[in-house]
Amino acid sequence: MSHSAPDPSHEDGSPYDDALLGSDASHWAFGTDFEDPLAGVDTTLPDGVDARTLATYCLMLADDALVASHRLSEWCSRAPDLEEDIALANVALDLLGQARLLLARAAAADASVVPALPDGSPVPPEDALAFFREAHDFRNVRLGEVPNGDFGHTIARLLLFSTARLALLERLTASRDHVLAAVAAKGVKETTYHRDYAGRWFLTLAQGTDESRRRVEAGLAEVWPLYGELLRTHPVEAEVAAAGVGVDPATVADEVDVVLEQVFSVSGVQRPGVPPLAGVTGRYGRDGLHTEALSRLLAEMQVVARAHPMGQW
Amino acid sequence: MSSPAYAVAATVTDPEMPMLTLEDLGVLRGVEEHDDAVVVAITPTYSGCPAMATMRDDLVHRLRDAGYADVRVKVELTPAWSSDWITERGRQALADHGISPPGSAPHRSGPVVLNLLPTRRAIACPRCGSADVELTSEFGATACKALYRCTACLEPFEHVKEI
Repeated sequence: MSHSAPDPSHEDGSPYDDALLGSDASHWAFGTDFEDPLAGVDTTLPDGVDARTLATYCLMLADDALVASHRLSEWCSRAPDLEEDIALANVALDLLGQARLLLARAAAADASVVPALPDGSPVPPEDALAFFREAHDFRNVRLGEVPNGDFGHTIARLLLFSTARLALLERLTASRDHVLAAVAAKGVKETTYHRDYAGRWFLTLAQGTDESRRRVEAGLAEVWPLYGELLRTHPVEAEVAAAGVGVDPATVADEVDVVLEQVFSVSGVQRPGVPPLAGVTGRYGRDGLHTEALSRLLAEMQVVARAHPMGQW
Repeated sequence: MSSPAYAVAATVTDPEMPMLTLEDLGVLRGVEEHDDAVVVAITPTYSGCPAMATMRDDLVHRLRDAGYADVRVKVELTPAWSSDWITERGRQALADHGISPPGSAPHRSGPVVLNLLPTRRAIACPRCGSADVELTSEFGATACKALYRCTACLEPFEHVKEI
């Protein structure tokens, strides 16, 4: 996820010489090689935590952010107006940043979760995790992966997602894993803006025109079956919570519900009467069980990286 | 904090807001000299800040130009960056360039409270000084800024958000 162009200083007489770049070719695009988001950060495991379990937990938090970020970024140039286009892209960027840190943390905790690439591949671990895993290795909840509907659908999903994520990250700031605690502390600040944004738009749409209300209610009804899974405990989450490094989402379910009730009541919207989407043979997104939509999302997100496993980005 | 290497690092500017040095932005967290190596610590403003790689490259180049052969840049995630770390000089530089500097960051205890009303900030238009301004969006051209519009001179302007 680190992007860079070829170093133009290697091309004598190129049109990008001094006139455009001055004497410093490092100003070409953003950087000229990979930047480790955890460069120099102490990634030693805390006592009493299984490396694989911690890495898997990091993937859960990372994949939620990565998949949500990708769906939000699909709005780029297509949002109802320029301000919302920029806003949704900003939320997507924050989540992408959280995903990068968490994927890097997963790889540092247990390198065996990182897919193998050909010898000599310059692809860094966070990119290998994002672009070279199959859908069944993704640990995100299914709420994040279902296709975008209209703006009302996106706001309803972002409200549920950011409310739960903020509550989780607030607790995670107390993690015994210093990296997770630090990522969470940054994430709380960012996600506060995301939740307020979603909440304000939910209220605006619900109290706007008949059409805007109809749409946000329809969007909420579409994503509501996936709400329960967001706060359902997976054994890995129970294990990291018991070890003091992670958060069991079930422990924040009540406070998430209180915040949502606040938004619904001021908006005059009833909770949808639709049942939760069941797992398949007891498996959910956290187990790697996904809807078909994730495969399509990943096909688009991963195609270029997979075509060039030796590529330098 | 006033070593020769620190003084060099402190001249590097933010690629997205070049009126600010990394020191004024509060992103430069420290410079250590070990034997022949210089280790510079920086912290991202927001998790997804795309300018980190450029900051790192600029620090390395500037310090190499100053004669430091071995320069390393490390990330420091704790404590998380706060807009309160922007220096007085940095705030003045922002205002001089038409960007409204941040107020005090929220200090909370307990759960983050949901806010369904537009954020209220007592800020003035950096061009005409009028306090009659309206929020256009909490999100702007970079992760750290909100968009405003002055209802007196009608010019849009950016405001660095409090985090």
